[in-house]
Amino acid sequence: MPANRFNNFTDYGIGIGLRAPHYDHILKRKPVVDWFEIISENFMIDGGRALRILDQILEQYKVVQHGVSMYFGSAGRPDREHLRRLKDLVKRTKTPWLTDHLCWGSVDGRYTHDLLPMPYTFEAARITAQKVREVRDFLEIPIAVENVSSYAEFHVSEMTEWEFLNEVAERADCGILLDVNNIYVSSRNHNFDPFEYVNAVPPERVAQIHIAGHSKFQKYILDTHDHPVIDPVWKLYARSIERAGHTATLLEWDDSIPSFDEVHDEALKANRFLASASLAAAV
Amino acid sequence: MSLLNLQRRMARAVMMPLTPSERMRSVAPDGRSMHAAAARFIKPNDRLTSFERLEIYNRQYWFRILSSLAEDFPGLRAVLGGRRFDALAKAYLTDCPSRSFTLRNLGSRLERWIEKHPSWAGSRQKLALDMVRLEWADVEAFDGKAEPSLRPEDLASGKPDMRLKLQPYVRLLPLRYPVDNLLLEVRHGGDSDFSSNAFNERHKRKRVLAVARLKPAEIFLAVHRMESSVYFRRLEREEFAILSALRDGKPLDRAVESGFRKSSTAPAERPSKVQEWFRNWATLGWFCRPEGRSAKA
Repeated sequence: MPANRFNNFTDYGIGIGLRAPHYDHILKRKPVVDWFEIISENFMIDGGRALRILDQILEQYKVVQHGVSMYFGSAGRPDREHLRRLKDLVKRTKTPWLTDHLCWGSVDGRYTHDLLPMPYTFEAARITAQKVREVRDFLEIPIAVENVSSYAEFHVSEMTEWEFLNEVAERADCGILLDVNNIYVSSRNHNFDPFEYVNAVPPERVAQIHIAGHSKFQKYILDTHDHPVIDPVWKLYARSIERAGHTATLLEWDDSIPSFDEVHDEALKANRFLASASLAAAV
Repeated sequence: MSLLNLQRRMARAVMMPLTPSERMRSVAPDGRSMHAAAARFIKPNDRLTSFERLEIYNRQYWFRILSSLAEDFPGLRAVLGGRRFDALAKAYLTDCPSRSFTLRNLGSRLERWIEKHPSWAGSRQKLALDMVRLEWADVEAFDGKAEPSLRPEDLASGKPDMRLKLQPYVRLLPLRYPVDNLLLEVRHGGDSDFSSNAFNERHKRKRVLAVARLKPAEIFLAVHRMESSVYFRRLEREEFAILSALRDGKPLDRAVESGFRKSSTAPAERPSKVQEWFRNWATLGWFCRPEGRSAKA
């Protein structure tokens, strides 16, 4: 499923997140990178340096937008100002698809700026799917929802996280941004088999895959995006690629950011799995 | 429990201020036990209680918003000192939680909040307020909208009652303290690559002295942007008054007139001063092209 309707029938390879410490390197050295993922909110502004840099990047690279505050799972309606600014940015970047998280983070107009976990209920799935549809209709581009890392579970949940993800994706008829690091982190925090999760995700809906590193604490794992990808996460990635095929892949590195080359080299490790997926498809 | 009720309950807990040792409070402001409250909606696991799981989010919330506010207001931190700044930030963010999808707007209500709650700023309230005004203007100038700049041909009509519009990213501030230099001093120290303890200590002492010595001195400042960088430009009193009048929509002739209303500048010197100011403002691109005269930006 390299190209599907959830990633607008594109066939992107391995990308990395566009981050401020790398701006100069990218603009001066023009490294060969398949694509960059941007955090939409960093560019939903009226002017200034960030937009100027973005325009320069857009002249030379493919860009996909990834959001952190749409909060599809919040019980309230989407913020109109947020949507208007997001649509302006979509027109600017011409992103083929757009992603944000399957989570909530605001209530009654107050924002936590966090990716808070959903209760896995049918009511929550219905409300979330309705909002995904509403946002997609307004933006007029395909949307994929990303599974988040979580540190808490709710008594009211009526299904597993992967069942909830599938329920939302089916109801909204949207794509999935499968974050295999988040699956690993949550599997350790909630004691489930991460392969059961990966194997339950409908491969035909996977628009994109995220890989990243995390931090281990004594009693839980935190999704910090500040380390290289560990082997168990690569194994989940390999299984995901085996099922979904050659899929657009993105390495996230957001804290203690090393040099551009180090980040890019880490991302390119995904090639060994993508190559075998391509081979399998050819056979 | 409905989705909305669960989210309200969790948000209340997540946004509840931490203890002085940065842990989740065991008793909510209304006297409820937070252990019991957490257990009602969050499952424990074999390593963490419901309270401990909720606490992860509570702590992350505060660490995130406090570091974001501190990043935007290093000058206020220098004026108040670290401990007082942290206390003020916690009180402000408790009263004024974010109402925007972006952390960029976290400090948008800080000036008004300090005006209402001056005791949090200690003995140097006016200095603190000036610094907040400057730092918020800096945020707005950094990513404010830029309209196409005015060209000489846009002034062809030369009518004295024409109206000129200031670029949205230009902010005009009348200040009681020369906080522009202080903020540059605070930032300049932070930019150093030379990070020995001795240097940091010397710089901190220098900064404390700079704040302690800062005397009131009225200044008029334009916070603006060139080539994506924000600059502070001091203005003469009359210059500031003319720009403020133009920003407020007054026609050119009335703006100039009001600028010199209480001026001690001799009438004979005024035309040359006005000419010089306009030349500078035009060079800096501070005026927008009149509406209806759009061209390629």
